[in-house]
Amino acid sequence: MSFLELKDLRIHFPTDDGLVKSVDGLSFSLERGKTLGIVGESGSGKSVTSLGILGLHKGGRARISGEIWLDGEELVSASAEHVRTLRGKKMAMIFQDPLSSMHPFYTVGQQIVEAYRIHNDVSKKVARKHAIDLLGRVGIPQPDRRVDSYPHEFSGGMRQRAMIAMALSCDPELLIADEPTTALDVTVQAQILDLMRDLQRDFNAALIIITHDLGVVAELSDDILVMYGGKCIEYGTTEDIFERPEHPYTWGLLGSMPRLDREPTERLLPIKGSPPSLINVPSGCAFHPRCAFEDRTEGRAKTEVPELLETEGGHLVRCHMPRDLRRAIWENEIKPNLEAAS
Amino acid sequence: MVTYLIRRLIGAVVMLAVVSMVTFSIFFVVPRWAGATPVDMATRYVGRTASAEMAQVAAQRLGFLDPVIVQYGRWVKAIFVGADYDYGAGVEHCSAPCFGYSFLSRLPVWPDMLDRLPVTASLAIGAAVIWLIAGVATGVLSALKRGSFFDRAAMSVALAGVSLPIFFTGLVSLVVFSYGNPFRVTAPGSTYTPFEQNPATWAYNLLLPWITLAFLYAAGYARLTRAGMLETMGEDYIRTARAKGLPERSVVVRHGLRAALTPIITIFGLDFGLLLGGAVLTESTFSLPGIGKYAIDAIIANDLPKVMGVTMLAAFFVVFASLIVDLLYAVVDPRVRLS
Repeated sequence: MSFLELKDLRIHFPTDDGLVKSVDGLSFSLERGKTLGIVGESGSGKSVTSLGILGLHKGGRARISGEIWLDGEELVSASAEHVRTLRGKKMAMIFQDPLSSMHPFYTVGQQIVEAYRIHNDVSKKVARKHAIDLLGRVGIPQPDRRVDSYPHEFSGGMRQRAMIAMALSCDPELLIADEPTTALDVTVQAQILDLMRDLQRDFNAALIIITHDLGVVAELSDDILVMYGGKCIEYGTTEDIFERPEHPYTWGLLGSMPRLDREPTERLLPIKGSPPSLINVPSGCAFHPRCAFEDRTEGRAKTEVPELLETEGGHLVRCHMPRDLRRAIWENEIKPNLEAAS
Repeated sequence: MVTYLIRRLIGAVVMLAVVSMVTFSIFFVVPRWAGATPVDMATRYVGRTASAEMAQVAAQRLGFLDPVIVQYGRWVKAIFVGADYDYGAGVEHCSAPCFGYSFLSRLPVWPDMLDRLPVTASLAIGAAVIWLIAGVATGVLSALKRGSFFDRAAMSVALAGVSLPIFFTGLVSLVVFSYGNPFRVTAPGSTYTPFEQNPATWAYNLLLPWITLAFLYAAGYARLTRAGMLETMGEDYIRTARAKGLPERSVVVRHGLRAALTPIITIFGLDFGLLLGGAVLTESTFSLPGIGKYAIDAIIANDLPKVMGVTMLAAFFVVFASLIVDLLYAVVDPRVRLS
């Protein structure tokens, strides 16, 4: 069994308007030292998945089923208290907006010390020294002075570094980064990504990066999982996803990705329509109302939910079109367009 | 920080000066706008049957004939150096700080107020402790169990608490717990016993007023805390605290409540300062000889110097409290710490 394994995870929220199926039958696995990128639009279930792995939906209104295996332990059926003791120690999370994600009334040092001391029975002094070490390690200059600064006294990039230091305080084996660079300047984004790559190598943790930005995962990920409407619609190695993507939604994501090598006059190719409602999920394939190739499925897209099937060597796709047709479309229609653009 | 402190102190002094001018104007300038002559105003001090000549003499003696600005200067000067008041049959000295001299009781106001301050302070401090604990605890529990039976019950009681006036809840509590049986807590007619005389009796006799007054405030604080907690518990940093693996209790107290308490501190400071200037209704209802009772008695007796004295004292407490609150705020919320 892999270090992290999700089996048919479902996270549903009952609301007044109906059942919101944020995550609907998600399975994947991840080994230590590997990086998985989870990509999708807002509302595709990326963040709900990550919070679900950490057990942060426990005790709330969410209905969770399926299995989450972390290092041989099943977490969905485990008690909330047990999962809490794993949280921060065995698995940690980096959030999107480091300003709102850090408590405004405590110094950066205090917050790291707190995270460390929950799981390690050490004196405040030892923990503080550890915090200073960590801040130095994530590239904050003069960490022995900055440790006493408040979050609002840091710049955005520094704050995200501090957030990473906090997440790393207990040497977690699983690190989940939810849009870690979205709130940052472009120049800082690259630095943070480099930092995360270096740290992952040092810590040998399993890393999940959640983003809507394919550029981010292209740099860091070994594998990529594309989510749509709470389901995985394509999964493969980074090479699979960038070189031989087979799902029309993935094609759309690639087309809407800004690239430096593109002509400035060239327009992006956005995916038409908007993300599906998670209450009234479109019948059949959830993507069919926005899919340009829906007419090539002999009407099945509207009525039948496609299976997630292996196309080749671990590359999984959830699409009604036959494999050869998908490949032909990619080679003849999509790829030349993307390349012409670049 | 020091410059900020000095700036705030100067601001507080200016504020008090303005309050003194307004207070003085209400009693000495506004009546003139309404057509009263200085002699009319002096009539109050010479008895109902006095002749016009006697009123004229009194006006002269009390300085009502001088320009208003001179009268104001004299009044302020008395606060700092004291003053002598000639009430006709002799001269009374009112030593500094002289906040006026009551011609009715023939006593300076300041020592009177000092006598009554411990009563008001006892009432305010005891009630504040009760309402802070009860109000904040209720608010936190309500927020955490939002929509539950407890939440709805607590918020209904809180609504009653903010709506019912003290002279109603106070009288009901007196009927039930003092004059009524079998719930008698306090003996009927029991009144204030100084703390230094007997702390047990002090607390025992103040129990009903404390609870009555605290009920009013606790209700407001519960609603305030509930709203604050609901807001802060939805913040991203609460999610971060949980993601660290903090036990829920620490998440609520150290992270949620800590942030939710900040606005409550502000309001508490002002409420408490206001109370020190006299809890008029509570003191009247329970016959506690505090500043509020003193003020209401003075108003009924038309004893202007006392009313002015209490006004100034109350203003001082409010200004002082807001000063403390501002400084405290900088301690509590590092984002407002000043360079």
